[in-house]
Amino acid sequence: MLRRDFLRLIGAGALIPWNAQLAFAAAPAADYRRPLVLVELKGGNDGLNSVIPYADATYYRLRPRLGIARDQVVQLDAATGLHPSLKPLWPLWQSQELAIVQGVGYPKPNLSHFRSIEIWDTASDSDDYLEQGWLSQVFGRNPPPRPFAADGVVVGSSELGPLAGGSTRAIALANTEQFLRQAKQMEASGGQSRNPALAHLLKVEGDIRQAASGLKSGYSFRTDFPKNAFGNNIKTAAQVVAANAGVAVIKLSHNGFDTHSNQLNVHARLLTELAEGLAAFKSTMQELNRWDTTLVMTYAEFGRRPQENGSGGTDHGTANAHFVLGGRVQGGLYGERPALTQLEGGNLRHAVDFRQLYATAAERWWGLPARSLFGGMFAPLEIVRV
Amino acid sequence: MRALLIILFLLPMPGFAAGMGYDDARHLLSRTGFAPTESEIQEYATLTRAAAVDRLLAGVHTEARTPLPESALEFVPRERLRKLKNASEEQRKAFLREQIEKSLELRAWWYREMLETDSPLTEKMTLFWHNHFVSSQQKVKSPVLMARQNQLLRRHALGNFGELLHAVAKDPAMVVYLDNVSNKKSSPNENFAREVMELFTLGEGQYSEQDIKEAARAFTGWSLDRKTGEYRFYRMLHDSGEKTVLGRRGKFNGDDVLDVLLAQPATAEFVTGKLWREFISPDADATEVKRLASVFRDSRYNTRALMRALLTSESFFAPQNRAVLIKSPVELVVGTLRLFEIHPADLRPVALAARNLGQDVFGPPNVKGWPGGEAWINSATLLGRRQLLARLFRAEEMPVASDDDMAGRGGKRPQRMAMRMQPDYLFNGPHWFSQFGAKGSAARQQVTRLVLATAPQETPPASSDNLSFLSALVLDPVYQLK
Repeated sequence: MLRRDFLRLIGAGALIPWNAQLAFAAAPAADYRRPLVLVELKGGNDGLNSVIPYADATYYRLRPRLGIARDQVVQLDAATGLHPSLKPLWPLWQSQELAIVQGVGYPKPNLSHFRSIEIWDTASDSDDYLEQGWLSQVFGRNPPPRPFAADGVVVGSSELGPLAGGSTRAIALANTEQFLRQAKQMEASGGQSRNPALAHLLKVEGDIRQAASGLKSGYSFRTDFPKNAFGNNIKTAAQVVAANAGVAVIKLSHNGFDTHSNQLNVHARLLTELAEGLAAFKSTMQELNRWDTTLVMTYAEFGRRPQENGSGGTDHGTANAHFVLGGRVQGGLYGERPALTQLEGGNLRHAVDFRQLYATAAERWWGLPARSLFGGMFAPLEIVRV
Repeated sequence: MRALLIILFLLPMPGFAAGMGYDDARHLLSRTGFAPTESEIQEYATLTRAAAVDRLLAGVHTEARTPLPESALEFVPRERLRKLKNASEEQRKAFLREQIEKSLELRAWWYREMLETDSPLTEKMTLFWHNHFVSSQQKVKSPVLMARQNQLLRRHALGNFGELLHAVAKDPAMVVYLDNVSNKKSSPNENFAREVMELFTLGEGQYSEQDIKEAARAFTGWSLDRKTGEYRFYRMLHDSGEKTVLGRRGKFNGDDVLDVLLAQPATAEFVTGKLWREFISPDADATEVKRLASVFRDSRYNTRALMRALLTSESFFAPQNRAVLIKSPVELVVGTLRLFEIHPADLRPVALAARNLGQDVFGPPNVKGWPGGEAWINSATLLGRRQLLARLFRAEEMPVASDDDMAGRGGKRPQRMAMRMQPDYLFNGPHWFSQFGAKGSAARQQVTRLVLATAPQETPPASSDNLSFLSALVLDPVYQLK
């Protein structure tokens, strides 16, 4: 039975208010009550200047203008440190709730923004083209419970990315209040169509109706949110969790990482916004007592080239460092430190396949059999404490 | 005798029975322009398909009729931007505000042209090339250079693709946008070389990373004069050595590389496929694309010849390809204003409205441009579209641009200013309806046929008044289709 039919059957307009008991009763094997929060660093974050191999002389040789001086780095151990702008993440590191995975990438890396993010979004091989986002693939096999307000919510961008395709119920919104205000005025047309464009319009109408019947706004957090675009997105994401209406995935974007020229100041600002935003998010989840049931993960199409370019910036690269945060995260360094003397075509070789991160979310976080996902070849990382 | 009469009836009558009829005309004009008016459709309905396409192509302009705003004429050297770093917070803010104002004026200028032009096809193609040879004000940071690029795209909109490609590669906004401005022999920047192959000519997968590296060297020194903002070649920064691109070897400069790309059959197919998806249907017919691409190549990249072949093709008019494309935000807002004969004095709110719906002209999201199609429609943009349309048919103040823009696009100030809607955005219902003559169900059928590309998902009740009837039509999901 199609989800839409089911909704009509039970009368989607008057859905029973969501509550924890219902969630428990309706939850299938997968535990989608524990949301996954994805943070896309759009444009390709410079991982090498985020998680810095400050003891490696090659790093400073490759980056005479951009290298972050040893005494500026927030040292994590004797070899690796964070960009000073990431200091707001230090408390998470200390409480072992921050895992840093280095060398995340895939074989035969593609250096185009669009193609590479498509590869990341669809969990495909470099030379394979898949239609559905990786979360839509996961949800296709194990759909989130039907009473959930939405399978996924995309905040601050209208690109659905990993939630694209399939029958995934993805809602894109700028902020919850606006969404609810507008949705209230919409009467869904209902019905179906063989015209794919019209069918898409009808599906989105149905998704809106269901999300609007579950989401709430106006939760009053004590946390102060950073006053920038990413801070606004973080605030909206926190509102979505606070509504407690059932949303398996929240996807956020932080824009502007394509730093081809004069990147020092821009990158420092971007990282400050990222770190302050993530710290604020942790604080809100603690207010809700949800930090232990929330997993945050960053991703991007690629890292940047180790050798800085002539414009004070960095060109498109390959393997990258990513952050995994949450109350149940086993903090520490994972993957491999960048091997700067063993570059391939000027770029880093990967040590961890990005699909291992996805398998970690699916298996270790939601409890799905990862063996059946992405060809079953990607072992989850032991990042989540049970 | 009787048989003779029947034969006479069946014979096409010159200039009348040979006409393609209302629905074909509506389809052709919707796809090649914005939403056509009733009188435009009636006029084209009497022409054959071929004659109609010829008339559209003959009417194309190479220049906009609307004069550019003053602020888009005087180039501000980037030095002034650089000096800002030392400026006070106040000066910097004032400068930024000025820039936002200027680029908003530029957007309004283009919307004026789209709304008033007698050749919507010219603007449609200019917009197509803007989404093909993408540059964005957000990086170029000069409304003047963006305006010049827009004029360039219009000049070649239905001209020669090869000439357009060569001109775009030297277009200052493009030189800045894809970093040729800092592409030097000592440290090549690959950005332009990569995108010219991936997005402008060959398409993904038709070249190697090595081709990009070699091509990047050929474009070294292609920069601009920082004082005038004109293209300038810096011989000292150019790598004049041998390069190998796509198997061809020589002491190539940038123009040589572009010719190598134009010589590849993949280029004509790539561009034709993209035009197919813009004008015919989301799924291109591979065989037909090959046929049309050969028309393109045989004409040495004459875009007009390609468009004539494409717009008169069986596929273009095929029933299964009607109402299968989703209107872009620009098509939705400009089309709605044209269709309902609303001509506001200030078009800045329209520019902001389309931006809120996901299409900021002069500011595409990235070098790949707007993905279009179903990607235009998600929960946020669909609700935004409905809100806009609902307000248009409600007799009250209409804030076109919403205060809560998709987060983080900046430019809040002019937006708030734009929110207080001028009365000239209001729709003159009685006047508009009078063109359909008789009242009653016949007129309503005619209105429905004009407003929607196919039957509505839900037919508005016959008892509704004219305005409610129209409001129901534009809020029907079918109104989003063209």
